[in-house]
Amino acid sequence: MDDLVIDAVGLRKAYGSKVAVADLTLQVPRGEVFGFLGPNGAGKSTAVKMLLGLVRPDGGRARVLGNAPGHTATMARIGFLPEHFRFHEWLPAWELLDVYGRLYGMRKEARRARIPQVLELVGLSEHARRPIHGFSKGMLQRIGLAQALLNEPELVILDEPTSALDPFGRMLVRGVIRDLKARGVTVFLNSHLLGEVEATCDRVSFIREGVVLQTVSLHELQGRQLHVEMKVDVVTPALLAVLDDLAADWHFADEDLHAVEPQPLPVLGRGAATAVAGKTSTTIELTLSGEEDIPLLAERVLRSGARLYALTPHKVSLERLFLEVVGREDSGQ
Amino acid sequence: MSNVATIMWITFHEARRRKMVLAALVLGLLFIALYVVGFLFIVYEAKLIVMGVSESSALEANPELLQAGQDVGLNFLTMAGLYVVHFLTIMLAIFASVDTVAGEISSHTIQAIATKPVRRWQIIIGKWLGQTAMIVPYLVLLSGGIIGSIYVITGYWPANVGQVVGLIVLQAMVLLSLSLLGGTRLSTLTNGVGLFMLYGLAFIGSWIEQIGYVLGSKAAVNIGIATSLVMPVEALWRLAANLLSPSLFSLDKRLSMLFGAASVPSSAMVLYAVAYAAVVLGLAVRAFSRRDL
Repeated sequence: MDDLVIDAVGLRKAYGSKVAVADLTLQVPRGEVFGFLGPNGAGKSTAVKMLLGLVRPDGGRARVLGNAPGHTATMARIGFLPEHFRFHEWLPAWELLDVYGRLYGMRKEARRARIPQVLELVGLSEHARRPIHGFSKGMLQRIGLAQALLNEPELVILDEPTSALDPFGRMLVRGVIRDLKARGVTVFLNSHLLGEVEATCDRVSFIREGVVLQTVSLHELQGRQLHVEMKVDVVTPALLAVLDDLAADWHFADEDLHAVEPQPLPVLGRGAATAVAGKTSTTIELTLSGEEDIPLLAERVLRSGARLYALTPHKVSLERLFLEVVGREDSGQ
Repeated sequence: MSNVATIMWITFHEARRRKMVLAALVLGLLFIALYVVGFLFIVYEAKLIVMGVSESSALEANPELLQAGQDVGLNFLTMAGLYVVHFLTIMLAIFASVDTVAGEISSHTIQAIATKPVRRWQIIIGKWLGQTAMIVPYLVLLSGGIIGSIYVITGYWPANVGQVVGLIVLQAMVLLSLSLLGGTRLSTLTNGVGLFMLYGLAFIGSWIEQIGYVLGSKAAVNIGIATSLVMPVEALWRLAANLLSPSLFSLDKRLSMLFGAASVPSSAMVLYAVAYAAVVLGLAVRAFSRRDL
């Protein structure tokens, strides 16, 4: 397909006996903001390096913007923010961007016009003449983002772009990604910060041990069921009946589940109000079929006699999906 | 070619901004100043001796012999100065270049460069040219300082200056190529240690060859030749020393051993060293192009 910006099939890379990427297949169409999610050590950065021609795959094939990874002319159409954003720190910000602009093949006039724009975009205009070695980690990441956008690329690959940023910086990156999307630029976002991915991506792939486990559209996920967290004072049979009736699925939150273990649910006889010992409220997690069920749930919970302390909808529970797909086991990497 | 020029620019200015060139320059100028002061004292003392001797000997009747004696002395002093310049150049070539590839790989700085529309060979050639652009003027300045100060003080101009400086430049180029090749596979420290070991091998090999030559041991000479083939840097110096001081060495071969030039390598060694530097640089390009970054 011509409109596939990234098309990788069966990519594999091993370092000695350690397999970094086992069998990676993914397609990213033009104009999409694509999230690449996985725990540390899942092979995300190795996969990105293979797509950029920094690392040679042991097997499989890939096309990026229609050419082999690392194809020289194609690299002029790609912007990349590396995970380890280290640059020539003795250079002032402006000069660094000027040098990189030269490497992109940009003419002097084009560099002069574009450099102030990207510095403004990442909020570093006032620091243009400062050497980079005096920059904070967040500022380094910002200058990294600036150099990735310098050549007005068709494809932007961001490897952990917000790992060193404060909340302002994160909002800035979100804004930049939205702006890129509006201009039809394809964005490949490699991150394990689920909030960032959730806020910006169209589609995400979950990767573990170098294999894509599942790819989901976040728009579809948002249209799907709604996860709600509810806090009530007591759990009564009437409340349980409401939950059974309205919720597709419900359970006590982990800490409360432990609290009621001595008195399992069947013991809560209908008609008997039961408070969990030593607690003023109980948290229940439930799934509704849509947003319109939230006021109905509140109304019926109150009518059941329970006092409602909180009712918090979670529009897309990417974290839950992540744990379901990737697994709860912490690799420790 | 503009990419090569840009990488060359980065490499050259990195050395400049890190004050490496400045430090080498300041120390180099200090060395020249020390040399000039020492030289002035030597010349002064020598004149007193010559005056004393000439009054009471046959030298007075033979000014040509007196001139030849002075030339030998000045020749010797020039060579002593350039021997240090050659050594400083070797040190600068190793220290300046040992980190340029290995350091950028380990710090990941190279990732931001190699993902631009730049070919890998352009990175290596640009770095090589950037280092050369720094070392050659340094070497010319130091050599010029030594030869120029002798000329100003005594009016003596040694033989084959251009060729001698060219041979020292070639030494630096051989070392730069080896350093870049090592940097594509080894860490900065390992690369530095490796280069010094190789230089040490050539240095020792060269002395074995000198002693073997004077004592007439063919086996020892062959060992020296073999080490010169592995690392031709010292052989180039011996060639330079021989070009510089034909009058000195013609007096007594044992004297030439002082600067390691008793057994003079064939001039084919120059071609060998050029080919060696080119092949090693080619291997560096190949190794860098094939490695994961």
